[in-house]
Amino acid sequence: MATEKRVMNCIMCPMGCELTVTLDGGKFVSVTGNTCPRGAKYAQDEVTAPKRMLTSTVRIKGGFLPLLPVVSKTVMPKGKVLEAARALRSVEVQAPVKAGDVVVADILGTGVDIIASRNMAAKN
Amino acid sequence: MSELYDVVIVGGGPAGLSAAYSAYKNGAKKILVLERDRELGGILQQCIHNGFGLHHFKEELTGPGYAGRCIGLIKDKPEVETRVDTMVLEVHEDKTVLAVSPTKGIYTVQGKTVILTMGCRERTRGAIRTPGGRPAGIFTAGAAQRMVNMEGYLPGKKIVILGSGDIGLIMARRMSLEGCKVMADIEICPFSNGLTRNIVQCLNDYNIPLYLAHTITRIHGKDRVTGVTVAKVDNKMQPIPGTEFDIECDTLLLSVGLIPENELSRSLGIKLHRLTNGPIVDQHRETSLPGFYAAGNVVHVHDLVDFVSDEAEIAGKFAALDAQGKLPAVQHDVAVEAVNGVRTCVPQHLSLPEGGEGARLFMRVSAPARKVTLEIKQGDEVLLSRMLPVVKPSEMIAVEVPAAITAKMTGSSVTVGLKQKEA
Ligand code: SF4
Repeated sequence: MATEKRVMNCIMCPMGCELTVTLDGGKFVSVTGNTCPRGAKYAQDEVTAPKRMLTSTVRIKGGFLPLLPVVSKTVMPKGKVLEAARALRSVEVQAPVKAGDVVVADILGTGVDIIASRNMAAKN
Repeated sequence: MSELYDVVIVGGGPAGLSAAYSAYKNGAKKILVLERDRELGGILQQCIHNGFGLHHFKEELTGPGYAGRCIGLIKDKPEVETRVDTMVLEVHEDKTVLAVSPTKGIYTVQGKTVILTMGCRERTRGAIRTPGGRPAGIFTAGAAQRMVNMEGYLPGKKIVILGSGDIGLIMARRMSLEGCKVMADIEICPFSNGLTRNIVQCLNDYNIPLYLAHTITRIHGKDRVTGVTVAKVDNKMQPIPGTEFDIECDTLLLSVGLIPENELSRSLGIKLHRLTNGPIVDQHRETSLPGFYAAGNVVHVHDLVDFVSDEAEIAGKFAALDAQGKLPAVQHDVAVEAVNGVRTCVPQHLSLPEGGEGARLFMRVSAPARKVTLEIKQGDEVLLSRMLPVVKPSEMIAVEVPAAITAKMTGSSVTVGLKQKEA
C-alpha cells in the first residue's frame, strides 16, 4: 500500500509544533517536526487512537464556591470525552476537597480517574 | 501613620503572586498583596482547562492548579501578607496606596516600592460596535467562562462566538462539553488569533466551523438574541455586500481581545505605550515613575501565564532590590525599537549598568510568517540574530539577550525586527 503523509499540529503544549506523520497503509511509520518526545507520542496516538484530556466541573456541597473544577488524571480516548463530561454533570461531592483528590475513579471504564484541580474549603 | 511595606503589590493573580514570591526570594521582608476578588489566583481560577505551567513549573497544570502552585509558594511565608476582598482605589506618587475592604474600611498603606499587577480585561461589544438591538444573550467569553466554571449557570444553548482568541476557543469546547451547540466561530482576521492547539482541540474536535475573514454585521432579536448575520470581509476588513448569511443562535460570545487594565497607572501619570496599552518599562519592569514596577497582562497581554510569572519574577526581584537600596547603578539608557514586522517589544528600553546586563525581550509580530530571522541591531550592526521557523501575532516570542550583548549597546537605541529570508 502507498505511503501517505499527514500534517498536523501537536497539541501537547502551547508551542503547537507542526508535525508531518508518515503512514504506510494506515500504519504509523515516522514523524518529523516535533521539538520534544511528547510530540512523537502524540503523533503516533493521533493516527491510531486519538486521546484528549478532559476538564470540567462538578457540583460541590458546602463549599466556598458552588462548583469544583476537575481534570482527567491522564489523557483518555477522544471518543469518550463527551460522554464522560455528560456523566460529570450529575456528580456532586462534599467539601472540603483537596487538589488531586479522586472525584470519579475509572470513569466509564477507561481506567482514567477524574481528580479535583484545586483545594475547596468548606464554607465558613 | 500607615503601615510601611518593602513592596506593595496591586493584584493577586499569577503576576502578583509570582512577583510576591520573587520579592521574598530577593530579600524583601515585608510584602503585601492586595486582591479585589474573594480569593487569590485571579483569572486562572476560572480557566479550568489544562495547558498551563509547562515552562514555568515544568509540569502541565490546569488554571486552578497553576494558581494553587503560586499560592502555595507564598502561603506560609511570614514575609508575605495577602488581603482579599480589597480594592485599591488610588495609588500616589509617594507610594501610599489607598484601599478599601468590607472588614477594614478605607485605609492607606505605604510602600517603599509598588508593583502593578492588575491584569487585563475583555473588550466588550461597545469596543467593536456591532449593529443591532440590545437583546439579552450577549456576553464576553470571559464572563461566560466565569458563569459556567465558577457560578454554575449556562449563558445559553445555541452559541455563536465572535473572535478566535484563546478564551473564545476554550469556551467553544467548554460549551460543547456542557451540552450546548456551538454553531460557529467568526474571525475577522484571515488567520486565527488563538493558539493552534486550541483550534485543533476546541474547534476541530467538535466540528465547529471557523469562518476566517468574516464578521458579524447584525445581531438579531428583541428580548433575546435570535441569530446573527455574518458576512465575508475584504482585506480592509469591510463586509463584502452579497456575502451575508444568517446563523440562528440564542447566545453570542465575544472574544475580541483584551486590554491591560491601567486606570491606576494612568492616574499616576505613568507613561503608557500606544500599542501595548501598558506601562513603558525597562528590563527590570520599572515604569516611567521610579519605584513603580509592573508585570504581566497589565504591561502587555500575554498568551501564556508562564511568561506572566517569568516577567513578574523579574519585577518582584528588582522591586525588592530597589526597596533595599541595592539596584544596580545605571550607566546609560538604550531604547529598544520594534521595527520591520515586529509590532511590539517589552521592555521598551534598557537601563544598563556598566558591563551590560542580561535581559529578556518579549515580542509580538504584526502578521504570520515562516522561516524568518529576528535581528537585534544597533545601526547596521547585527548584535543578535535568531532563526524562527514560524511566527504568529498570537504567539509571543521571548528572546534572552545576554549581558555580553547588551554591553555592546553603546548608542541610545537598538532595533528589533524581522529579516525575511531570501529565497
Ligand atoms: S512536540 Fe513537544 S514542544 Fe512541540 S508542541 Fe508537542 S509537546 Fe510541545
